[in-house]
Amino acid sequence: MELCEQSAFVLHQMLVSKEISCREILLSLLNRIHSRDLNAYITLFEEEALKEAERVDQQIKRGEDLSPWTGIPLAVKDNICIQGKPTTCGSKILTSFQPPYDASVISKLKEKDCLFIGKTNMDEFAMGSSNENSHYHPVRNPWDPTRVPGGSSGGSVAAVASGQAIWALGSDTGGSIRQPASFCGVVGLKPTYGRVSRYGLVAFASSLDQIGPIARTVQDCALLLEAIAGYDSLDSTSLDRPVPLYSTNLKREMQGMKMGIPREFFGEGLDSKVEERIRFAIHQLEEAGVEPLEISLPHTEYAIATYYLIATAEASSNLARYDGVRYGYRTKSFRDLYEMQSKTRQEGFGDEVKRRIMLGTYALSAGYYEAYYGRAQKARTLIRRDFDQAFEKVDFILTPTAPTQAFKIGEKIEDPLQMYLSDIYTVSPSLAGVPALSLPLDIPKDGLPIGLQFIGKTLEEEKLLQIAFACEEMKILDNSISS
Amino acid sequence: MEIITEEEVRHVARLARLALSEEEVKKFQRQLEKILEYVAKLRELNLEGVEPTTHVIPVVNRLREDRGKESLSKEEALSNAPNTEKGHFRVPKVIE
Amino acid sequence: MDFEVMIGVEVHAQLLTKTKIFCGCSTNFGRNPNTQVCPICLGMPGVLPVLNQEAVELAIRAALALHCKILRRERFARKGYFYPDLPKGYQISQYEEPFAAEGILSFERNGNCKTIRIKRMNLEEDAGKLIHEEDRGSLVDFNRCGVPLLEIATEPDLTSPKDTHTFLAELRQILQYLEVSSGDMEKGHLRCEPNISLKKPGQSEWGTRTELKNLNSLKGVEKGLLFEIRRQKRLLESGQPIRQETLLWDEKREIALPMRVKEEAGDYRYFPEPDLVPLVIDEEWIERVKRSLPELPDDRKKRFVETYKIREQDAQTLTLTRRLADYFEEVVKIHSDFTLAANWIITEVLGILHEKNLSIGDLSVTPARLAGLFHLIQDETISKKMAKEIFVKMVESGKQADEIVRVQGGQIRDEAEVERIIEEVLKGNSEEKVRYQSGEVKLMGYFIGQVMKRTDGKANPRMVNEILRKMLEGNPQKSGVQKK
Ligand SMILES: [Zn+2]
Repeated sequence: MELCEQSAFVLHQMLVSKEISCREILLSLLNRIHSRDLNAYITLFEEEALKEAERVDQQIKRGEDLSPWTGIPLAVKDNICIQGKPTTCGSKILTSFQPPYDASVISKLKEKDCLFIGKTNMDEFAMGSSNENSHYHPVRNPWDPTRVPGGSSGGSVAAVASGQAIWALGSDTGGSIRQPASFCGVVGLKPTYGRVSRYGLVAFASSLDQIGPIARTVQDCALLLEAIAGYDSLDSTSLDRPVPLYSTNLKREMQGMKMGIPREFFGEGLDSKVEERIRFAIHQLEEAGVEPLEISLPHTEYAIATYYLIATAEASSNLARYDGVRYGYRTKSFRDLYEMQSKTRQEGFGDEVKRRIMLGTYALSAGYYEAYYGRAQKARTLIRRDFDQAFEKVDFILTPTAPTQAFKIGEKIEDPLQMYLSDIYTVSPSLAGVPALSLPLDIPKDGLPIGLQFIGKTLEEEKLLQIAFACEEMKILDNSISS
Repeated sequence: MEIITEEEVRHVARLARLALSEEEVKKFQRQLEKILEYVAKLRELNLEGVEPTTHVIPVVNRLREDRGKESLSKEEALSNAPNTEKGHFRVPKVIE
Repeated sequence: MDFEVMIGVEVHAQLLTKTKIFCGCSTNFGRNPNTQVCPICLGMPGVLPVLNQEAVELAIRAALALHCKILRRERFARKGYFYPDLPKGYQISQYEEPFAAEGILSFERNGNCKTIRIKRMNLEEDAGKLIHEEDRGSLVDFNRCGVPLLEIATEPDLTSPKDTHTFLAELRQILQYLEVSSGDMEKGHLRCEPNISLKKPGQSEWGTRTELKNLNSLKGVEKGLLFEIRRQKRLLESGQPIRQETLLWDEKREIALPMRVKEEAGDYRYFPEPDLVPLVIDEEWIERVKRSLPELPDDRKKRFVETYKIREQDAQTLTLTRRLADYFEEVVKIHSDFTLAANWIITEVLGILHEKNLSIGDLSVTPARLAGLFHLIQDETISKKMAKEIFVKMVESGKQADEIVRVQGGQIRDEAEVERIIEEVLKGNSEEKVRYQSGEVKLMGYFIGQVMKRTDGKANPRMVNEILRKMLEGNPQKSGVQKK
């Protein structure tokens, strides 16, 4: 196995035992990146990463203690700010923008000597489920380059799935970590809203956005979450609760646990091949002593409508700051301020972003607030209640992550509503603010991964990771890599 | 009857400062119409007495002390700007 | 034609915090442009606001002083509009849930007490500063951006530019007194945007309301309002419509011109700010702020009733403004007839202020001098009636009471002198004397009147009464009285 295909956990052991150098890990990754063009990265920090690796290797030589994160190369979605590095959000409007600040998760990882390899491609402003909405061109699915990797964290996920990164940070608003994780066959976790600081994550929909870990193993996923979770005084919505040692508390007795199978997630629109694999996984968990319970999340059918109204309304406001005054792109010719702003935004934003700004602006505009945004906020309450009630009866909820496997590039781009509907299984947990994790199942004969979603109670990431870890041990899932 | 007219699309585009082309106005009218038709399903719900969710977390009163933090240098503040002059951000005149 | 005038104001007061409302940048002014800015107040991508506790405390103070109801649980809202001085494309303010509401501010002008209702009070952030350059566009400085503002909106209870002036002066004084705001209008630390509408007497409908902006001083507010009232009058008199619009006051030219706006302006797309959690202000917090406050007018009123045993209604009047209440307390520190002091200040002092169109601060009669006048009443050097005249002279001449009394003379309290005058009066009215002695006792008033007339009202009334009675009721011997 090449170094770039190893887990962070194993690489750490190898570094500690001086079996390998940090430079070797990095070179292995760079080799993979340059030999296989998936368009996963927007910016690579090649030289700087090599210097950083050199520094880590000196540390090792001096016999200094290494943290489990030291020197393990990490890819960062390009909507998370790293000081002095371009942050494009996959948009033309942020051309040449370099934040003079670190996102709080980046500060935390810098303290742990993590090594940043580059910024990954994404749907513009994290709006999309296919990564086709990037100003820097689509990312390709490593399992089939004619297919999408999913979105919006498509670059991060494709990099991890193909050995172009050991692990990565993504962001998830309505499924942007989990859906691509499902399409590319990696482990992706959306934490509880507030578990990870949003400071320095370029906002899409503030009441839904969360940064989360993407990795090839459950343990790596747990380790990365451990590094980024926790209270941050810079984010008023971050939760002031202790962070468990996720990566060391992975073992758990499965016998007697109750899993909820929501009937609304197994209806129309679910691809039969996907359903078959999910049913088989349920069967395997049952064999391991987990008790399945059919449950209902009755407001599921309203989740997409609710989500798209709330997310676009917040986005229309969050994206108002891109006006060509203080940073980013500015149109070349204009007569006055109004024209400068309108043309800058017209030229700087892509189609999907404009569509969502339009929808969100409309939903908040005079006379329509109650009918759209107000109603959606109330519907969100009902969706949250569904989960509260379900968790009175079960320990966790099991669903497919996405209704289908990865679709073809261009297949849904002409029909935005169809694209929105493919987020059907991921938006409900986002609206409820609860944690959810996508696990890669055995890859079927067609070679396209399928993801299983575990949804947990607020702040029960630890339990989700334990369940996922048990699945890994039972070989329910497939950690294989597309090389 | 249409939920959203082309004229409304133009109005919303002005509100959002988007200089849409006429082609885009037509396209967005069509697409937004379809989306709004879909989200209208929320009208089926009885939402009487249901509190809106603004935050999913039960946190209140996140306050900071009135203590100073270092500001950016002028150079840092202006470093990303498309047009600056004399330590200011320069913008075109407000109304033609 | 005389029109009725209805004015409401929206005031923005910068709060005296050390740092901005949502970031740690300093609020000191006069620094070089764009040197007190950070990613948060510049609205850079991905940054988040965190509320400054001190801004909340100062707002609670102001709300308490203006008798507002403070909302126990409130949220912030985003007010969306595009302008280059507004970095995020929205201003964080309060909308559906204001910080506080339904307060009052009472003030006294010309001796009349007025109560203006406060509609609501919001915490919000200030925008940056645009420097317009002819034809070349504008320069933007964000140093001021994010400074905490308290927005105070009144009901349209003001009826004249003068009223508005006094109201603002009073409000400014309270804010300064509580150390909530520097209140400096010239520096823009206190900004006032009045709205005005007119009505012909007898008509029930008010005319269209206009708004005035860019008023940089109390004088400016008054001038701007006078200008706008004249403008509206002319339009109404000539039957032309008044447009609902905002006018900008040009201080140099002393005219107000309509602001040009885009058609979609006003659609602010408010929605709850998702980046800030709710603010919960409990009783304990309010109590803590209350304890740190200088005495509020209401508490002062209660204390006046208890300590000085004056009527509640009088205490109410005396505490309507801090300056009037201070004046009263200064007086009673020196002179201990509290009731006399209260009555005097309410009737005589407020009366003369009203008559002369003055405020208590303009009054030349200091509390010590007024107390001096009361001493003269108490030791019967002068009568209450004389005191009133002397007080007017004090106000007009700026002299002290005893100086005036020395020149014009005090009461006649020498019994021999009084007796001599009474004898003269009885001599000249022997017929009335006989009628009195035969039972027509109501003539007593007549005799007193005659004595007072002869003495210019300076005779001590008690003494006159006593001696008259004795001389009329069959004891004409002088000795009895004289030797007492
Ligand atoms: Zn700042």
